[in-house]
Amino acid sequence: MNIHTNPKKLRGFERYVKVDNVSRRSILKGLGLAGGFVLAAPVMSRPALAAYQTGADKMPHGTVVDPRVFVAIAPDGIVTIVAHRAEMGTGVRTSLPMIVAEEMEADWSRVRVQQAHGDEVKFGNQDTDGSRSTRHYLMPMRQIGASARTMLEAAAAKRWGVPATEVKAVNHEVVHGASGRRIGFGDLAADAAKESVPSVEGLRLKDPKDFRYLGKGQISMVDLRDITVGTARYGADVRLPGLKYAVIARPPVTGGKVVSFDGAEAMKVSGVEKVMEVKGWPWPSKFQPLGGVAVIARNTGAAIKGRDALKIVWDDGANGKYDSVAYRAELEEAARKPGLVVRKEGDVEAALKGADKVIVGEYYLPHLAHVAMEPPVAVADVRGDKAEIWAPVQSAGGTREDVAKTLGIPQENVTVNVTLLGGGFGRKSKCDFAIEAALLSKELGAPVKVQWTREDDVRNGFLHTVSVERIEAGLDKSGKVTAWRHRSVAPSIASTFAANTVHQAPFELGMGLVDMPFEIANVQCENPEAAAHARIGWFRSVSNIPRAFAVQSMVAELAHATKRDPKDMLLELIGSPRIVKLDSVKDLWNYGEPYDSYPIDTARLRKVVELVADKGGWGRSVAKGHGLGIAAHRSFVSYIATIVEVAVDDKGKLTVPRVDTAIDCGTYVNPERIQSQIEGAAIMGLSLAKHGAITFKDGKVQQGNFDDFPLLRIDESPAVTNVYIVPPGPDTPPSGVGEPGVPPFAPALINAIFAATGKRIRALPIGKQLEA
Amino acid sequence: MANLTINGKTINVDVEDDTPLLWAIRENVGLTGTKYGCGIAQCGACTVHVDGVAMRSCGVTVSEAAGKQITTIEGLASNGALHKVQQAWVANDVPQCGYCQSGMIMAVAALLKEKPKPTDQDIDEAITNICRCGTFQQVREAIHAAASA
Repeated sequence: MNIHTNPKKLRGFERYVKVDNVSRRSILKGLGLAGGFVLAAPVMSRPALAAYQTGADKMPHGTVVDPRVFVAIAPDGIVTIVAHRAEMGTGVRTSLPMIVAEEMEADWSRVRVQQAHGDEVKFGNQDTDGSRSTRHYLMPMRQIGASARTMLEAAAAKRWGVPATEVKAVNHEVVHGASGRRIGFGDLAADAAKESVPSVEGLRLKDPKDFRYLGKGQISMVDLRDITVGTARYGADVRLPGLKYAVIARPPVTGGKVVSFDGAEAMKVSGVEKVMEVKGWPWPSKFQPLGGVAVIARNTGAAIKGRDALKIVWDDGANGKYDSVAYRAELEEAARKPGLVVRKEGDVEAALKGADKVIVGEYYLPHLAHVAMEPPVAVADVRGDKAEIWAPVQSAGGTREDVAKTLGIPQENVTVNVTLLGGGFGRKSKCDFAIEAALLSKELGAPVKVQWTREDDVRNGFLHTVSVERIEAGLDKSGKVTAWRHRSVAPSIASTFAANTVHQAPFELGMGLVDMPFEIANVQCENPEAAAHARIGWFRSVSNIPRAFAVQSMVAELAHATKRDPKDMLLELIGSPRIVKLDSVKDLWNYGEPYDSYPIDTARLRKVVELVADKGGWGRSVAKGHGLGIAAHRSFVSYIATIVEVAVDDKGKLTVPRVDTAIDCGTYVNPERIQSQIEGAAIMGLSLAKHGAITFKDGKVQQGNFDDFPLLRIDESPAVTNVYIVPPGPDTPPSGVGEPGVPPFAPALINAIFAATGKRIRALPIGKQLEA
Repeated sequence: MANLTINGKTINVDVEDDTPLLWAIRENVGLTGTKYGCGIAQCGACTVHVDGVAMRSCGVTVSEAAGKQITTIEGLASNGALHKVQQAWVANDVPQCGYCQSGMIMAVAALLKEKPKPTDQDIDEAITNICRCGTFQQVREAIHAAASA
């Protein structure tokens, strides 16, 4: 029972999603949009999306378009569709199979979803990361479905002795129009399987006006019921006969290692069976384990108690002096000096010198931890030269490769079973925890579960970077911005892979720095050096968080300096509707997408700003102590704008009565999942802005759990987040949804606080800054 | 060693007296709907009912729970019929990743027993569970829906 449809309630989606055709048409003219919208009328009127290219085939192992790999039909008609990407709450385990079902004319209530194990040769790229699943797989999944449909139709035509052109698949059966004959998919399954797989080029895709599921809403996640009754299976829920339970004490300082340990006291804890060292890799350790001392027990409670009793002498290594207060000062100093130029248009130096007024903003964002509700956990059973893993991994294929390499066995001998992920946010793209379990299982000759405690997760994870973003903007006498210099200083994710990394990688520079879309004559982006002293990794939205915070705060600062409305200032800076040219950027990442299909289109950015201003009531009068803030940002090739309303009382207590967000993510699959991702992004954004800080002293993380790294709860959560989805043009390719919602939230919030109180916050988290 | 009465069945679990109830439920009894999230009674992912009261099972030992009526998420539905909170969860499509949701549902079920028509303020005070995906807007709507069911 993994299918649950929910036709009666759209969660208020229709309340929010309808947009005014008139204003939409005026912005999107030239894109050929013919009015009407999803629920009322078909959006896309052409037979198929016009050809567009994505970066999918440049990902490791690219895409596989083969119905024999993804679709199985049982004689009873049950259609099984493989989900090859990982489910962490975004809904891909539903959305991708639904695309296949749409094209093959399968009835969703007779579809079952099967989770793929890790095998990228068979399934194509499985790294569920970077808001890429729908973006990269909408078209391949449609092709797989169309392929399956074509084979079913061919089988039916043969059976009836009629031309294939006379038959048509309709809702789980193939129909011969002229004679009225029909055969169910189940009856055709065996014959269809004998048909050759049609070429992708010759496939006939459905006319979008005939879509039953795609873009329609009303379909709940396939795991909804299982989640609600407690039977959904996550990584920690895997149980095997003879399973051993392990926790590991890892080096408290990044790059540290075990000198010696004494496990005698730990062994006295009832239930503890063994204490042993776990192999660690020298820093930078990539996705490999950090090493440490493992306690093996007959239950997790005993293992944790045993670990508390360990005595370990650590060598802290080179990062033993890492101190967040001192490091912030280093970053600020670096940001005040010239750095590596990564984008240059005009002469920013001269323009700043000649400016009537220069506004400078320096913005700080500390390290953050992912803290998915399910901490990393993995079960491994290694026997001889074979290994089986059960784990909540975002990258099943990558896990298989890394486990095989680490154990020195062929990939074909490693099976990676992907459970549901209790949240991912980028942390579970790294498979160190699965490798730990494999190493321990190999040593012990028994199946082992490695459970990370919350403290492990906070202290030994792959943190979001720490950054100082410094922007200098020059204004002429009329208040027009003529110069923009943005220096971004932050340790790079690349430092986790290569020693002595001091510059950010193109994929980081491309998240809101060099791709800044404003129409300004003199622009210079610089990246001064910063060395890493902690393990840095991808965190939902990545560098877009500090960049949008800086850039969109600066927009409001400029509005204030010139006594302009912040929304008007934002639109003026975005400038004319155009495709932004970034000729001076040597390596424009563009989220791995070809620029022709996914350019920076300022018309689309303007559109979300205008839409959210309209629907969110920008300029409405608000109560005393309340304020509105706005921010817009393009990330993961989607366009988002957010308005936040805040209330700040006389003691400095901050609440958020209302959030409005407009998103243009191109052609989309499941509007309710867009809504839930945007609601969640608002909460994650508010959480990090109010409370989020991981800090170091003497090389060690100072926080450990939700008591000192607090997250938002329901009492602090925005009362309402309204979501407005821009209807896609007929040729608009799909773009990201999981991550783009987070970046604009913090600056919209901070700008709202300024509107309410006159206090400009430039360092996150807000913490106690509003008190006093 | 303790005798635990879980979802109406008494089960003997072979663990130390001070073992957190959470681990006994998950690993000895094998009911994995109750989740580990923090181990310090902060997040509520491990919420169960002990004699009808919502408690964080990571902060209760098996010896404290022995002899009491323990209900886990697996025992919330009765005779195959979902509890009204579960029904509201399905109808409102609340979860994202879902990991925290069994604890959330157990906390809400206990709240509604005490306050059948909770106000938003009642919800703010009683539902202190953490959800990293950020499902709170849907949680609140579903609580009100369950209350009026």
